[in-house]
Amino acid sequence: MTEIMPHQNAIDCQNLWKIFGARADEALVAAKNGEVDKDEALKRFSCVIGVADASFSVAEGEILCIMGLSGSGKSTIIRHVNRLIEPTDGQILIEGRDVMGLNPKELRQLRARKIGMVFQHMALWPHKSIADNVAFGLEVQKTPKGQQRAAAESALEKVGLGGWSDRYPDQLSGGMQQRVGLARAMAADPDILLMDEPFSALDPLIRKDLQDEFLKLSREVKKTTLFITHDLDEAMKMGDRIAIMKDGRIDQTGTPESIVLRPETDYVSRFVSSISTLKYISASEIMTPGKAKSGAPEFGASTPLPVLLAAFTEGAEELAITDGETHLGRISSTDILQAVQTDLKRV
Amino acid sequence: MDPLLNPFDYFTVPFGAWAEAGLDYVVSVSRPTLLAAKVPVQAFLEFVQDALRATPPTIGIAVIVVLGYLLSGWRLALTGLVCLTLIGLMGAWQAAMTTLSIVIAAVVICVVIGLPLGVLAARSDRFFKYLRPLLDLMQTIPSFVYLVPVVMLFGIGDTPGVIVTCFFAVTPLIRLTNLGIRGVREDLVEAARAFGASETRILIGTQLPLARATILAGLNQTVLLSLSMAVVASMISVAGLGRMVLEGIGRLDFGSATVGGIGIVLTAIVVDRYVQALGAATPRDRAGG
Ligand SMILES: Nc1ncnc2c1ncn2[C@@H]1O[C@H](COP(=O)(O)OP(=O)(O)O)[C@@H](O)[C@H]1O
Ligand SMILES: [Mg+2]
Repeated sequence: MTEIMPHQNAIDCQNLWKIFGARADEALVAAKNGEVDKDEALKRFSCVIGVADASFSVAEGEILCIMGLSGSGKSTIIRHVNRLIEPTDGQILIEGRDVMGLNPKELRQLRARKIGMVFQHMALWPHKSIADNVAFGLEVQKTPKGQQRAAAESALEKVGLGGWSDRYPDQLSGGMQQRVGLARAMAADPDILLMDEPFSALDPLIRKDLQDEFLKLSREVKKTTLFITHDLDEAMKMGDRIAIMKDGRIDQTGTPESIVLRPETDYVSRFVSSISTLKYISASEIMTPGKAKSGAPEFGASTPLPVLLAAFTEGAEELAITDGETHLGRISSTDILQAVQTDLKRV
Repeated sequence: MDPLLNPFDYFTVPFGAWAEAGLDYVVSVSRPTLLAAKVPVQAFLEFVQDALRATPPTIGIAVIVVLGYLLSGWRLALTGLVCLTLIGLMGAWQAAMTTLSIVIAAVVICVVIGLPLGVLAARSDRFFKYLRPLLDLMQTIPSFVYLVPVVMLFGIGDTPGVIVTCFFAVTPLIRLTNLGIRGVREDLVEAARAFGASETRILIGTQLPLARATILAGLNQTVLLSLSMAVVASMISVAGLGRMVLEGIGRLDFGSATVGGIGIVLTAIVVDRYVQALGAATPRDRAGG
């Protein structure tokens, strides 16, 4: 009966609960009925609610960022995807298959071939050479030695570490170690990458380099990525969509624009209040109805504010917003200034 | 008045008799099992003993020198050369080989039993909870006291000597194996799991290699405790350097006693240095020359 759906997601997480503690079952019932929150559960059942009713999906080739403060349950969620921990309730589907339904061998295969993982503190094995670290997923799957070596070297090449194969992790800087971590995750050419705060432990400049390189690489190889961070700027930069977590719950999921421009909860709006909206505002948000003067330069409704601004600095007095044929509205320099003023006030 | 002040002159409990009766009972019930347990130990000990005794001293010293050079360098090789040559010159070579074979047999058995127990303790909090008081107890009992039950159960001689040495020396290996495995960084283990390694593979390929230094520290203690017990066990008629000391003292032959004593010290130095070198040399150093 279970037909493969044509447009299934790479990762589907449905109503996931994870409660740590001996009395997790009781706590689950109480939490589901809304009788206890995270603090109450700890008091009444000595249980920690790690993840509460989290649902999200990641489409093939998409980067979903999960963002939240320390202890909000991000690591707990990501560990469910390759079943490093098992849910108290709810489901995780990888390309439509329930990970809880896999037998041990299938699970190991999924971890070695289908999913690559990158860890916050690199987690490279100090007793193995760089090449052996990178080839580990292939080694456990008993890939022929020559193939292992070739895959490891090509993965290292991709992250700019060709020629380092025979060194050991402690001979590399932090940034280089995390490149190895990335190479290790990609060596078996998995479809899915799980990245648990991969760049958090790095210095700001090196972090920026790795972010840029990862985005570039990601565009080339198109891997479905679940990317975890506690840094909103990083989330805005890396994510096609962002899920914001608080106390084990996902407060809001959406594109960076929608999160910044239309926060749905107080928590999210407090979070994004430090981010300037200017980059995310588009013409449709600030245009006023009416027809622009003839000869005014024309722009589409989704044109971002910086582009509109550039038109004014080049001498335009007014902009016409059209969808190619019909007029949608107009934007004057006052509209732009008002948008800037509003943004300055909220920060 | 006297019975109140010196009660033990008037009243004692026949604990000695009870113990004997109790042990007699245990022995009579478990004799076949105990004898069966003794057989492989005896076979293994004889194998090691024959090998060591059959090796001419020149060959033995050469092996030790080469091994020392490979493990660490010229200093270690020289230490081995000097110590073994002195033992030979003093006329204690045979006795030293006998003691060494008891130590080797005991250490191998300790590893075979202690390592799995340590691994089990690291993987199961429950098992460790029950094992721990036993280990504490075993470590507090002085070496001497172990001799009593072992003689009762297994008799006297070299094989019971190996058995008593194992009981006395196995504790640190179990403890430090447990400690070492528990001390391996959690994310290194999780990374191995995340890339599809089975639990056995994680143990052999990740946990044991990363716990290696700690486990070898435990092994070092086990080896040194084995040596000290192999000497004390001369009291239950175990041959070797210990017996030279014991008999020397008994016959007021201080020359023989001193030779035995110095032989023990020299053997201990060699054993300690070599096991330590084993712990210090990382696989990478050896690969890289
Ligand atoms: N094994 C565990 N046992 C008990 N509580 C845990 C365990 N793992 C995580 N937690 C708790 O679950 C919550 C979420 O943790 P985590 O997912 O690590 O957060 P994050 O990665 O967002 O910092 C925290 O309150 C943490 O203390
Ligand atoms: Mg975390």
